[in-house]
Amino acid sequence: MNLSVKIGKLTMQNPVTVASGTFGYGAEYARLVDLNLLGAVTVKGIRLNPVPGNPTPRTAETTSGMLNAIGLQGPGVVGFIKKYWPFLKSLKVPTIINIWGTTVEEYAEVARRFDALGGVGALELNVSCPNIKEGGAQFGTDVKLLAQVVAACRKVTTLPLITKMSPNVPSIVPFAKAAEDAGSDALAVTNSFPAMAIDIHTRKPKLANITGGLTGPAIKPIAVKLVWEAAKAVKIPIIGMGGIQNADDAIEFLMAGATAVAVGTANFYEPQTPLQVIAGIRDFMEKKKIADVKEITGSMVIPKTEGRC
Amino acid sequence: MLEQTVTIVANDRDTDSYFRLVLRAPQIAPLIQPGQFAHVRILPLKDALLRRPFSIFQVAGDTFSILYKTVGKGTDVLSRMRAGEELSVIAPLGHGFTVPKAGEEIPLLVAGGYGMAAMFLLAQCSPQKGIVFVGGRRRVDILCEREFAALGWEVRVTTEDGSHGEKGLVTHPLIAELKRGATGKKLFACGPTPMLKAVGKIAEDFNLPAELSMDEHMCCGTGVCLTCVIPVKTGDGWEYQRTCTEGPVFDSREIVWEATK
Repeated sequence: MNLSVKIGKLTMQNPVTVASGTFGYGAEYARLVDLNLLGAVTVKGIRLNPVPGNPTPRTAETTSGMLNAIGLQGPGVVGFIKKYWPFLKSLKVPTIINIWGTTVEEYAEVARRFDALGGVGALELNVSCPNIKEGGAQFGTDVKLLAQVVAACRKVTTLPLITKMSPNVPSIVPFAKAAEDAGSDALAVTNSFPAMAIDIHTRKPKLANITGGLTGPAIKPIAVKLVWEAAKAVKIPIIGMGGIQNADDAIEFLMAGATAVAVGTANFYEPQTPLQVIAGIRDFMEKKKIADVKEITGSMVIPKTEGRC
Repeated sequence: MLEQTVTIVANDRDTDSYFRLVLRAPQIAPLIQPGQFAHVRILPLKDALLRRPFSIFQVAGDTFSILYKTVGKGTDVLSRMRAGEELSVIAPLGHGFTVPKAGEEIPLLVAGGYGMAAMFLLAQCSPQKGIVFVGGRRRVDILCEREFAALGWEVRVTTEDGSHGEKGLVTHPLIAELKRGATGKKLFACGPTPMLKAVGKIAEDFNLPAELSMDEHMCCGTGVCLTCVIPVKTGDGWEYQRTCTEGPVFDSREIVWEATK
């Protein structure tokens, strides 16, 4: 049975990674989860300089999901390399580094630094964080800027580039194509959905940032549709994510067209979820006599019905 | 830190809306240090996914217990669970209190409401007995008074409505005590943020060390999500640190109150 997949030239031993921002820098969960069983570890978004992050409250639980507006708190490239890279480098599985910036030049500079570092599995371009004033979703919701970011990073690195797409666009298709055309090796679909919640007793927003990103099972069906639409539009592989809690959820993303998946919010309440998803995919393949996980990708069957409205 | 499915041994009402939950957790119990917490997934909660953090109250044999107040849908559902049912627990978590050593400063504990629960193990482990100041709104908010007394600690109670002990805030008898003599004392506190801030100020005024167990809204509890941060002094300014990992207990002098909400 083959579970391995390729994301550009990156080989993952199985199609399951974790969503950026839900797994810290790997080391935090090392005591609870055998990281070497994952397909890859994806770390929280890093820009050139340290980022303090947003005021609190930064998250709020919602029905079957949660809002977050962390504001990409992080140590910057130098701090990350010093504090977290030695551990990540020691793992047997690849690290996907999520990067961002406030200008096209900054994205490229961060990409160049990680290319020079050596040993990085892939770079994920975060052009879709909804919780920062500059950078993030500003690039992911403008086709031209998106293409510029991807092209600028492409120029400075041969590492696989994964563009993490914003869901906050009228159609994901032109964005997916723009990323592919600009040299992205893969797409990550999708990021959190802009959302908010109000405490009716205090009349205050539940987040200090007022708005945040909705994640968790509440968004899964929307994310599956985005993966399906993007997969039809591009030839490059897609990492599907959005509310995955178990192997069934993950398989749905694969059938919609994803080559790999990422577990996100579920890590916060059940850190074993990625390993449970891997085991569940294996079970499913055994029961359905599927030899290669790649056979599941895009295998949704649309019934031919007459007179469908 | 371990993640385990544990069995409820007891889940009984203490006073009013407070409950005592006893969990059989033979591998977790021996690891627990005073001031640490457990992150509990209330499995019957279906559409509220996140774990709930609770201070660890007591450890006995292969069990540990939690003293909690029903404050929302998570604790409501938890309060209806019965012995024999299971919970998923990640514990022990966080950086707890420094247990005083014999001959060191005399510990003065300051607890507001169920903050008392987080301080029991500290009182129990400390070779140096001191005074515990406990405050609440009403008589029913004063928890485990007798248990602290049974450990040989002097307990001074205040209630805001005067229904038990001295009428007023917990900080009043603390200040009175320190005015009588502050040398060689150390403060430890757990309770609502305004109380912690007041204790921090008192520590500063009397030039005493203080360890505060900070109460911040929490999500993952394990250091990855960066929800539960508070501003903490660094060499040249401050940075957000995690209540779940660097905390919940912080040296009061490190907290940058001006930058908190």
